[in-house]
Amino acid sequence: MTGHVLRACDVTKVYGGTHALKGVDFGVAAGRVTALFGENGAGKSTLMKILAGIEHPTTGRVELDGRPVELVSSRDAADHGISIIHQELSLCPNLSVQDNLFLARELRGRLGAVDRRTQRAATTAVLRRLEEDVDPDGLVGDLRLGQQQVVEIARALLQDARVLIMDEPTSALTAPEVEVLFRVIRELTGSGVAVVYISHHLDEALDIADDVVVLRDGRLVATADAAEVDIRWIVERMVGRDQDALFPRREPVLGEDLLTVRDLMVADPANPDRLAIDDVSLTVRAGEIVGVYGLMGSGRTELLEALAGRIAPASGQVELAGQALDGSGIRERIGRGVVLVPEDRQRDGLVQTMSVGENLSLAGLRSFVRGLFVSADLERGAVERTIADITVKASGPKAAIGSLSGGNQQKVVIGKALLTGPRVLLLDEPSRGVDVGAKADIFELMAAQARQGLAVLFTTSDAEEALHIPDRLLVLARGAVAGEFRRGELTREELMSVSDGGAV
Amino acid sequence: MSSQGTTTARVAPDPPQPPEAAAKARRLSLLNVAFELRAFIALAVLIVVFGLLSDSFLTVTNVITMTKHVAINGVIALGMLLVILKGGIDLSVGSIVGLSGVVAGELLQGVALGGVIAYPPVWVVIVLCVAVGMGVGLLNGVLVTRFNVAPFIATLGMLYVARGAAMLISNGATYPNLGGNPALGNTGFDLLGSGRPLGLPTSIWIMIVLAAAAVLLLAKSPFGRWLYATGGNERAADLSGVPIRRVKTIVYVVSGACAAIAGLIIASELTSAAPQAGETYELNAIAAVVIGGAALSGGRGTVRGTLVGAFVIGFLADGLVILGVSTFWQILIKGAVIILAVMLDQGQQRFKRRGAAASAVAASARPT
Repeated sequence: MTGHVLRACDVTKVYGGTHALKGVDFGVAAGRVTALFGENGAGKSTLMKILAGIEHPTTGRVELDGRPVELVSSRDAADHGISIIHQELSLCPNLSVQDNLFLARELRGRLGAVDRRTQRAATTAVLRRLEEDVDPDGLVGDLRLGQQQVVEIARALLQDARVLIMDEPTSALTAPEVEVLFRVIRELTGSGVAVVYISHHLDEALDIADDVVVLRDGRLVATADAAEVDIRWIVERMVGRDQDALFPRREPVLGEDLLTVRDLMVADPANPDRLAIDDVSLTVRAGEIVGVYGLMGSGRTELLEALAGRIAPASGQVELAGQALDGSGIRERIGRGVVLVPEDRQRDGLVQTMSVGENLSLAGLRSFVRGLFVSADLERGAVERTIADITVKASGPKAAIGSLSGGNQQKVVIGKALLTGPRVLLLDEPSRGVDVGAKADIFELMAAQARQGLAVLFTTSDAEEALHIPDRLLVLARGAVAGEFRRGELTREELMSVSDGGAV
Repeated sequence: MSSQGTTTARVAPDPPQPPEAAAKARRLSLLNVAFELRAFIALAVLIVVFGLLSDSFLTVTNVITMTKHVAINGVIALGMLLVILKGGIDLSVGSIVGLSGVVAGELLQGVALGGVIAYPPVWVVIVLCVAVGMGVGLLNGVLVTRFNVAPFIATLGMLYVARGAAMLISNGATYPNLGGNPALGNTGFDLLGSGRPLGLPTSIWIMIVLAAAAVLLLAKSPFGRWLYATGGNERAADLSGVPIRRVKTIVYVVSGACAAIAGLIIASELTSAAPQAGETYELNAIAAVVIGGAALSGGRGTVRGTLVGAFVIGFLADGLVILGVSTFWQILIKGAVIILAVMLDQGQQRFKRRGAAASAVAASARPT
C-alpha cells in the first residue's frame, strides 16, 4: 500500500517463548483514523509499542515516510513525530498536572530554569481544548481516574505528533469526555495527523474509525474501510466465531438464599466522611447470577470488598445461608465459602513472582495441607484439573504468570477463587480488560458455577453485559440501589437513565 | 463450551529445530544455567584461585575453620532471607548477636533472686537467650505490622535499642570465663563453640540443621508459600486469605532467633561475651542473601543461594587474610563482589527473557 506515514513491515516479535506478532504488515495513513481490533493477547499493544519505539521487532522493520527507520526509544520516536497514549497510565501522581505534561521536555527560560508561566499557559490551553476543568498546578494523584486519562491525552497532544497512537484512551472516561476526545481526534486528522485507535469498546472504535484492521493471535487477519463493515463482521474476525456465543442462554435453578445483605453502610476508604455504600440490601440465591451495574465511583467495588471482608462496614448485616458473617476477615470468609475475584488483577489478583500453578493454589492452599506440609500430589492434581476446566492457555503449571495474556491471567484469578470451594462467588468487573473470546469463557464459567449451586454476584460497567448475563440486575448509583430488574425487563436506554439517577 | 478461540494447555515435546537456531538456543540456555549457578561458580573460582595461591588454604583444618566462620553469618543470613523474601529488611540482627551473648554472660554469672544467687543450667540460658532474640524480633514485627513503621526504620531503631540494652546490662564490660563451674551445675556452655560431634564443630551442625529446616519451611510448608506470596504481592496475598500480618511478624521473630543463636555460638567459641559483638554483621547477612540471588523487593530467593552467598563472603575474607592482603583491600574487594553479584542478577533477568525468545524463534523457524 502507498500513502502510509508509518508502517510496520513483516514484523515479528517474540516474548519469553511466545510469538506476540507473526509477520505483521500494518500501516497508518495521514489524516485518517485506523482502528485496530483484536482480543487481548492478539498483539495490538505489542505492535503499537514497536511503532512507538518502546519495543524492538525481533525480525522485520519499521518504515517512516517509506524509509526504514530504527526507533531506539520512545523519546526517539517522539522526535520523529510519533507519540503514544498508553493503556496503563504513565503519569507521576506526586507531580502537578503541568509538571507531568512537560516531564522530560520542560520549557526553559532564562538561566535554564523551568519556564512555569509558559508551561502553565500551554497546559491551560490544551486542557481547555479537551474541555477538562483541571488546575494545572494540582497534583495528578488527586484527580479521578478519568481526569488522569485526559491529562495523559493532553500530554500526547502537546507533542504535536504526526502519528498519534491511542491504546485504550477511554477506559475511564465518561460519555461526555469521550465525545470531546472524538471531536479533538477529528480536528487532528483534519490537520493531517495519522491516528491509531485501540479500544475494547468496539462500537466506539468503529464510530471514530476510517480504516479497520483486525489482529488475531499475532497475525493481521483483516483490513477494511470502516464504512463497509459492522461490529458483527469485526467480532467474527477477532474471535473466529459468532457473537451470540458471548451470552449463553440459561435457565437458572434457584435454591435457598445463600447471601443476604441488610442495610449495609460502608464508609469510603479514601474519604471516611463520605458513604461509599449507603443502605444497600440484597439477596443472592443458590444457582442465581446477580449483576450489579454501576459506573466508576458508584460504590460497586466497595460493596464487594465489604462482602469479602476486606473493608469493615460501618453498619448492617451480612449473612451466609442464615449465619452471620459480621466481624470476620477475608481469611475466615474464604474458609466459610465467600471469595472475591478483585477488579484489578495486577494489583490485587496475582503474585507476579509466582508461577501459574502457585497462583492458582494460593487461596485454597489449606485443602492441600497434609500434616505440616503442602501435599505436592494433591496440589498438582487440583491445579492441572483447574487449568483444564477453566481453559487457561499456558505452557503448563510452571509457566510464569506474566507470560499469559490478560484474559488468561483473569481466568487464573477466577480459578484461584474456585479452588477455595466457595458457596458465594463475588466477581468485581470480571471482564475488564479481557478480550471477547475470554469474556465468553468467563461468562460460561460463571454460568457453570451457578448450575452447580453457587450464588454468583458480579459487577459490571458494560451495559450489554448487564442486560444479558445476570438473572437479576441491581443498578447502583451513588452507593444506593437505584433499581432492581429481571433479565429482559430493561432496555439499554432505560438502564442508562436509571444509573444516572433517573426513573424508568 | 464452544471454543475455537481457546485451547487447553498441553506441554508439547520440543519440535526438531534447524541446527543453527537450535545451537543458538542451546548456547543461550547454557549461559542461563551458568547464570543460575553463578554463586556456585564464584565459590569454585575462589576455592581454585586461593588453593593455587596458598598451600594452607585447601587443608582440611583450614576449610573447617573457614566453614566455622561461615556458619555464624550463615545462621544470621537464613533469618535475614525470610525477612527479605517478605520484602523487608532486618538491620537489628548484629545488635541481637551482641545482646544475646551479654544475656548469656549475665545468666552464667548468676542471677540474684530474692537474696539468693541462682545459677541457671546451660539449656535454660540458651532458651532464654533465644527468647530474648525472638522478643526483639517480635518488637520489630509489631512495629512493622501494627504501627506501619517502614522495616528499614523500625529495625534501624532496634539496632540501637538492642545494642544499648547490651551495653546497659554489661555496663560496657566483657563477661569472661563462660565455661561455668561444676560445683554450680552450669558447665557446658563452651561446648557450643568447641564441641565436635561426628568430627564437625557444633556451629556447622547448627547451620546445617537450620538450613534443612528452612528448606522444608520454604519449599513444603504452607507458611513458605504464604511468605513468597506476601513478598511477591501483599495485596493479592491478603485477598487470597493469607494471614499477612502473622507472616510478616513471624519472619522478624525467626530472624531474631537466628541472630540470638549466632550470638550464643560466638560467646561460646570465645568463652566470653562482649557487648560490642556482632557489629555490622547485619550487612554481611544481607550481602550473603543478595549474592545468593534474592530480590530485595521480596518474593524471590532460596536457602541454597543464601548459603552459597555466605560461603562466598566467608571464604573470600579468610582467603584474603591467608594471602596476607591488607584489611583495607579486603573491605574494598568485598564491596566490589557484592555489587558484581547484583549486576549479574540483573543480567540474568534480562538473559532469561532473551533465551526464551531465541528458543521460540528456533522453534518457529523449523520447516513446516
